Amino acid sequence: MFTAFLIKYAEIGIKGKNRYLFEDALVQQIKYALKKCEGEFKIHKTQGRIFVDALTEFDFDETVENLKKVFGISGICPVVSMEDEGFEKLCENVLKYIDDVYPDKNMTFKVHARRARKNFPKDSMTINMEMGEAILKAYPEMHVDVHKPDMMLNIEIREKIYVYSMIIPGPGGMPVGTGGKAMLLLSGGIDSPVAGYMIAKRGVKIDAVYFHAPPYTSDRAKQKVVDLARLVSRYTGPIYLHVINFTDIQLYIYENCPHEELTIIMRRYMMRIAETIAKQTDCLGLITGESIGQVASQTMASLVATNEVCELPVYRPLIGFDKQEIVEISEKIGTFETSILPYEDCCTIFVAKHPVTKPNVKVIRKHEQNLEEKIDELVKTALETDELIVVS
Amino acid sequence: MEIYLDNSATTRVLPEVAQLMTKVMCEDYGNPSSMHRKGVEAESYIRYAKETLAKLLKVSEKEVIFTSGGTESDNMALIGCAMANMRRGRHLITTKIEHPAVLQTMSYLESQGFQVTYLPVDKSGRVRLEDLQRAIRPDTILVSMMYVNNEIGSLQPIAEAGALIKRMNPAILFHVDAVQGFGKFKIYPKKLNIDLMSVSSHKIHGPKGVGFLYVGEKVKILPITYGGGQQKNMRSGTENVPGIAGMAKAAELLYEHLDEEVNHLYELKEYFIKGVTTMEGIQVNGLIPGDADCRGTAPHVVSVSVAGVRSEVLLHALEDKGIYISAGSACASNKPQTSETLKAIGLQREYWDSTIRFSFSVLTTRKEIEETLQVLYELIPMLRKYTRRK
Repeated sequence: MFTAFLIKYAEIGIKGKNRYLFEDALVQQIKYALKKCEGEFKIHKTQGRIFVDALTEFDFDETVENLKKVFGISGICPVVSMEDEGFEKLCENVLKYIDDVYPDKNMTFKVHARRARKNFPKDSMTINMEMGEAILKAYPEMHVDVHKPDMMLNIEIREKIYVYSMIIPGPGGMPVGTGGKAMLLLSGGIDSPVAGYMIAKRGVKIDAVYFHAPPYTSDRAKQKVVDLARLVSRYTGPIYLHVINFTDIQLYIYENCPHEELTIIMRRYMMRIAETIAKQTDCLGLITGESIGQVASQTMASLVATNEVCELPVYRPLIGFDKQEIVEISEKIGTFETSILPYEDCCTIFVAKHPVTKPNVKVIRKHEQNLEEKIDELVKTALETDELIVVS
Repeated sequence: MEIYLDNSATTRVLPEVAQLMTKVMCEDYGNPSSMHRKGVEAESYIRYAKETLAKLLKVSEKEVIFTSGGTESDNMALIGCAMANMRRGRHLITTKIEHPAVLQTMSYLESQGFQVTYLPVDKSGRVRLEDLQRAIRPDTILVSMMYVNNEIGSLQPIAEAGALIKRMNPAILFHVDAVQGFGKFKIYPKKLNIDLMSVSSHKIHGPKGVGFLYVGEKVKILPITYGGGQQKNMRSGTENVPGIAGMAKAAELLYEHLDEEVNHLYELKEYFIKGVTTMEGIQVNGLIPGDADCRGTAPHVVSVSVAGVRSEVLLHALEDKGIYISAGSACASNKPQTSETLKAIGLQREYWDSTIRFSFSVLTTRKEIEETLQVLYELIPMLRKYTRRK
């Protein structure tokens, strides 16, 4: 029955002169999302709205599912389009539409017509009144409510006539690519994919870095991270995933620094390496899944210690979230089940029984001096052996 | 360099087997149930496979039912017999160290109102006959016991158990999970009082996804799958013709020189154990005190506990050198949890997470074992340096 979708967007609407940039990016993202769907579509902008026209048969549910992953869309309206064959025929079609979409007619409604093509013989107000009358006559259970109707029946008169009444909520946010690019520190856990999702939602393109520690972490752990990146890429578009071999650095820290500070010092090196790659690849910030107090390395004191090694801003979208709230988002975006697969990641393997929770930055810096001899060389090697995986 | 020492997980398919299977898939691809010539052709592979396997076990062809492998065979034996014999009683006996295919099926049967006794094992991983004798009750209908334990390679006293069971009550069925034993020992079910026996093809250099269940002629058993009535209604579903042909071929090839091959495996095992125990803090599990040539255990499985090194880490470090082994049992290794077998043999807690399994096959060479030992001598001291500090 439906042959098109009208795409509603929220925040882009308030942009000024550069609004077209946002709209074009949204069209691009919709095109990307629909590539994976059965059927062919034409996406076009007209007078402040974006239409997705199906050119062939298509799978309605699959298409909606994919559109629901495009940031920037606030609502998806399935549309019935028809040729202009006079008002009587239009009434007939609208009555049939209502019958198809709303088997239970016990509800209030309002007709909202828009006559974009001015040579249509009736003006908007007249269409509203006459169509309302026709509906009341055909379905006496229905009532008019012009303030808070259960169903808002939109009729747009353009080249063709478009009828729609349902709005399926979209993810909101802004089209990916309009906000620059950032580097996500992706582990195999629950939080980091959610953090990437949250920042991408604000229109930011995502690259990612994963620290691999063979033989302490397995190829399956790495595969899990690739799988997580792929799940996130359904929202963000293709992700460039950098896999860094961290084993030697980790062992070197383990040998030369106090055990309780291992995690903090390790994380400082992860941030340094991530920032180096970020700068090389034009990223404007780092993203982590940290949340205050969740673990020892995420207390405010620990965050001071890991934050000070970076110049770029570190975005921590989950900073005020409880674990349960993070889990809920990860379930919603479909990463939870993969995140909880039980493979060890490099943060847990050598962890001390009682890691420091209030690290003193001066002390940490002093202990890092123990690493002076070899660490630069090790970091350099790690960066040189960066394995790049394009995930989409 | 690639040294594959995970043959209890699965084995490499022999080239002759693969060749035969390709022929069956590409040329003789008929459905054995079809009435035309193509069907008859396909059926002849199945008939030949039945004959071959029956002959190796010294049983009748009618007593071989093809399945999708060890797990299905175990399910069919336990559920099929439990359902068919529940009027006689609802008590089953097994051991604590069975494969999950048996343990999980038993726990399903428990949920269906059956009672199950799980026999303990000694430090070497063997059931004590006194325990078995004590566990048998008037309402016992079946005993299930594995021939070779997949994690530590211990052998169960199958002959003695079979004789004991039948002496106490000839109606009790005796099921043996021989997935790790077939192709290492010449097993003759009728001489050992075995009523049902599970075998898997991919542990003997055959293809995956196929196996069989020996079901003695007089055994009362019900099918667990329903459909087109293939294999005399016992296992509906079109037979896996290439798999079945491949399995029979693999078994045939293996039996040609079985005694020499097994001897070779025992020599490798003895050599490897000697070599690995020269290091400090190493313990080999499932051995019988005083059994220096290991003949009281399976020829192909060596379970080694390495103090101070986590099994997963050692596994990946060996993998890095091209040596493939398993941490505990591969079938349980995707979900890191402690092995029931290791607990049952009373292994000290600090070793639960530090135990790896080497398993050999007829393709394993002495040289590969030597190289593996060399790598272990280098790796273990290095990895011990970086253990998690307590």
